[in-house]
Amino acid sequence: MYDTNLVLGGKEFTSRLIVGTGKYSTLDIMREAHEASGAEIVTVAVRRVSLPGTGESILDFIDTKRFTLLPNTAGCYTADEAVRTAYLAREAGMGDFVKLEVIGDQRTLFPDVPELIEATRTLAREGFIVMPYTNDDPIACRKLQDAGAACVMPLGAPIGSGLGIRNPYNIKIILETVTVPVIVDAGVGTASDAAIAMELGCDGVLMNTAIAGAQDAVAMAKAMKLAVEAGRLAFKAGRIGKKLYATASSPLEGLPDWTS
Amino acid sequence: MSVQIVVNGKPMEVEPGTTVDGLLTLLNVKREYTAVAVNREVTPKSTYGSVTLSEGDKVEIVRPMGGGAS
Repeated sequence: MYDTNLVLGGKEFTSRLIVGTGKYSTLDIMREAHEASGAEIVTVAVRRVSLPGTGESILDFIDTKRFTLLPNTAGCYTADEAVRTAYLAREAGMGDFVKLEVIGDQRTLFPDVPELIEATRTLAREGFIVMPYTNDDPIACRKLQDAGAACVMPLGAPIGSGLGIRNPYNIKIILETVTVPVIVDAGVGTASDAAIAMELGCDGVLMNTAIAGAQDAVAMAKAMKLAVEAGRLAFKAGRIGKKLYATASSPLEGLPDWTS
Repeated sequence: MSVQIVVNGKPMEVEPGTTVDGLLTLLNVKREYTAVAVNREVTPKSTYGSVTLSEGDKVEIVRPMGGGAS
């Protein structure tokens, strides 16, 4: 079936699944899971080098010719920290993409939206392809789009919670509110959650823990690939409406007469 | 006289006139996919050889690490 590519910052992607690089039991399993997921974008954190700098690099396990790196500003609590982190990532050679996170609270890891909007505006002006992690709030998403975001990434549920898409109605309203791609970021626990996001009409799904934390991360990565594809196909196919009562799918005409 | 600086949160002594490039060599840090900030400002790679570290400078050396979200 014909489908368009996911376009972010003028770059086209066939896969609509974006995956993380954290929490895997080993880096070899991470590499295998990335392969199984079919993802073309992987997100990485920016952290201090351990000194002396002799340790192995995560990039020894990511083929940067194949995968687009998406550095994130995880752990940043102000716009200033997030902007500086994005600059560091770009200077390190990780490209212009940034998964922008400005966290408001350690317990919930919910975003600080005013700071997020400010950081989005600054980085978009500086030529970054800004992908902000935000609340499932249509107004926040509209403001992020106005600030220059390349897409909006509303959470389905708190980061790492695995609770799924807790407010599908808000996600629907966000899809009607913005014209940039909508990518659900955070909250996915299993394949059906990813499928639901895609069935709603989202342009993509980003996840880390759901894959890395699964008992068999590689198998879950494959499940997520299939779920994102299935959900996308179902959305494009156009589902039937929901009705309270039954509607027969066999013709009523031509029933034999069994009356005696 | 040596110059006292802080690298990734740890105090360190370097020779006067040490550049960012010299520090990275001293610490055996690969240049690829690494970035440096001195006193909160990003140091462009092209200036590693010319930026000299001064007393009290705070240096951050970062690279990509495994992570998904906060």
